[in-house]
Amino acid sequence: MAWTGKILRVDLSSGTCIAEPLNMEWATQYLGQRGLASKYLSEEIDPTVDALSAGNKFIMVTGPLTGTMASTGGRYSVVTKSPLTGTIACSNSGGFIGAEMKNAGWDMIIFEGKADSPVYLYLENEKAELLPADDLWGLSVWATDEALHRKHQDPQLRIACVGRSAEAGCLYAGVINDLHRAAGRSGVGTVMASKNLKAVAVRGTRGVGNIKDPVGFMQATEAAKQVLADNAVTSQGLPTYGTQVLMNVINEVGAMPTRNMREVRFEGASNISGEAMHEPRKSDGKPNLVTNAACFGCTIACGRISTIDKGHFTVKNKPEYWGASGGLEYEAAWALGSDTGVDDLDALTYVNFLCNEDGFDPISFGATVAAAMELFEMGVLTEKDTGGLEMRFGSAEALTRSAELTMTGEGFGKELGLGSKRLCEKYGHPELSMTVKGQEFPAYDPRGIQGMGLAYATSNRGACHLRGYTVSSEVMGIPEKTDPLVTDGKAGLVKAFQDATAAVDSAGLCIFTTFAWTLADIAPQIDAACEGGWTMEKLAEVGERIWNLERDFNLAAGLTGKDDTLPKRLLKDAANTGPAQGRVNELDKMLPEYYELRGWNVEGVPTESTRQRLGL
Amino acid sequence: MLRSLKLEPEKCTGCLQCEMACSYEQEGVFNPAKSRIKVFTFHHEGVFAPYTCTQCDEAWCMHACPVDAIVVNAATGSKDVLNDVCVGCKVCTIACPFGTVNYNQDTGKVIKCDLCGGDPACAKACPTEAITYVDADQTGLERMRAYAAQSAQISPGS
Repeated sequence: MAWTGKILRVDLSSGTCIAEPLNMEWATQYLGQRGLASKYLSEEIDPTVDALSAGNKFIMVTGPLTGTMASTGGRYSVVTKSPLTGTIACSNSGGFIGAEMKNAGWDMIIFEGKADSPVYLYLENEKAELLPADDLWGLSVWATDEALHRKHQDPQLRIACVGRSAEAGCLYAGVINDLHRAAGRSGVGTVMASKNLKAVAVRGTRGVGNIKDPVGFMQATEAAKQVLADNAVTSQGLPTYGTQVLMNVINEVGAMPTRNMREVRFEGASNISGEAMHEPRKSDGKPNLVTNAACFGCTIACGRISTIDKGHFTVKNKPEYWGASGGLEYEAAWALGSDTGVDDLDALTYVNFLCNEDGFDPISFGATVAAAMELFEMGVLTEKDTGGLEMRFGSAEALTRSAELTMTGEGFGKELGLGSKRLCEKYGHPELSMTVKGQEFPAYDPRGIQGMGLAYATSNRGACHLRGYTVSSEVMGIPEKTDPLVTDGKAGLVKAFQDATAAVDSAGLCIFTTFAWTLADIAPQIDAACEGGWTMEKLAEVGERIWNLERDFNLAAGLTGKDDTLPKRLLKDAANTGPAQGRVNELDKMLPEYYELRGWNVEGVPTESTRQRLGL
Repeated sequence: MLRSLKLEPEKCTGCLQCEMACSYEQEGVFNPAKSRIKVFTFHHEGVFAPYTCTQCDEAWCMHACPVDAIVVNAATGSKDVLNDVCVGCKVCTIACPFGTVNYNQDTGKVIKCDLCGGDPACAKACPTEAITYVDADQTGLERMRAYAAQSAQISPGS
């Protein structure tokens, strides 16, 4: 079995670290990572608990293939209750710390309670201890990383931590690992900081063994890697342009949310695209992109390593930002750029650096700035509220200054850190918040991609592209092409994507593999590694079980079917240009069929027979 | 024909497939900490660089070993550690100017690259050909070709 069979329970209130055996029955029902930790969380906390109280738990979890030679087998997730949405939250990250946890011999770490003063967990194989972090509190992610490496004199230590935004109460703070990989969404970092847990530092030298059928596993992973190497998206598009390969594509189909989703096309898209990142700058002749980079075990390598033009106004006198660091992914480029109307690539890269440096989600941040800009241009929000900042669409100065304030929760940054929903409510225009269940939208306008509207409305962590990415089918034709402007068949499509995604997120693998892989490529890899007879069908069933478990958590937390909706703007205001011109998202045509396919009643509650069928 | 590992940092993405392949081949587990090849990240420069033993002809490690536990593999030219003979004194780790011989505290022996007996697992696992196993006399051939193309004013890809 590829699980280590061991979990670490850290009681922050009493300061104890205790090893426990993994519940193997749950492992066979929920696989690992997202599914398994969601099961633990559901069993162990009251879903109505205040997300930022000691009663919430914070789980870091790997999948069975994390730390193995399976391509992209380095993922880990953070699972907790979200302070942004009040739903169950699962944020997934790559980098290297997931594999390091596994190498140290742990499937999962459950943090409970709350420390009296700041601490960090130091984990070296079997040795786990909570150490004081008073000197780390108030430091950025990057400074914390440096301080811990220096303190332990171990350059191979892998570190995940929160930055100053989380400490300041930003509700969409993430957990950053390996300097610029993020469990980024839903405020999982805010929960970590609320527990006075600053960092987790891991060193693992035991290795991942225990593969059920080692020869079969090497064959299965080898074959699957060949599929990635033979696919144009995973072997060319993603390594060359990263997820930014999408910027021009999505703009062309008229699904590029622009200026707080008032429009569906951005005239400046090409200036902030993956292609633009390759173009030499006028000042020094170097492109924004230095190289592509891989997370642990990944043979795709979509990561961006970028630099900012040293002469750019954002970094002119700040040499600390002149080196290479994690560059723009599509979601960040969209939220920081198109949604705010800013097409200055260096300004966007600078803000992206700040998001990594102090651990806050560029999607939610960019979308909140966009909402503030709309409120400002309406005259509802004034310079008195913003501390003198002119929050106008297209202003790179407003965007970058907002980021500098949000990273430490200073002045107007404190309000921006609460997200678009709370901001728009405060200023009397809740309808201008482009969110579902309180979480900001990602980069696909559901008026131009109908299925995504249903995927957003029903996502268990609020608006999110990573819970059911029907863009694959509706725009890219993967695994088969469907018409993005049609609602027929989308209920089934969304359900299939959601279930498959839940399974992939529970395996230790990256969802980007599914541009090339289907469950038919994934199942043999899991099956060779793990006991339990892992077929495609079983994976789909596990995915469906996870989806319903998360749904049950949210219903118990107080959400209802009424929360499965979209902002009025997307349901009533038609797209003003492009292929989707004249269209709104027709959620009402898809949602009832979706409930039925899910085996839920008309109020969106799983029926008794559905629960029984899935063993819930 | 003797072959050598050729390492090209500009092609490396830092994925560590090589480290896993190495440790799996040598130790039977996926364990970068026990890999004989290492990938280094130079964050501020945005560079990933794989590095391992170059199999020196006059190997410092071999000459330094007081118990003759490091021997030449005649077929591959690699310098191999004889586990039964190694006493874990670590003198070879001091002697090696490149740091590519290292002590393994789990076994009390030293570990170094042995070219997997002539079929290096790291090169097979590398997805970007940053690690290849080529004619030992011709490791510079591709680079020469690129410069030859430049001087002949031909684009390197053609």
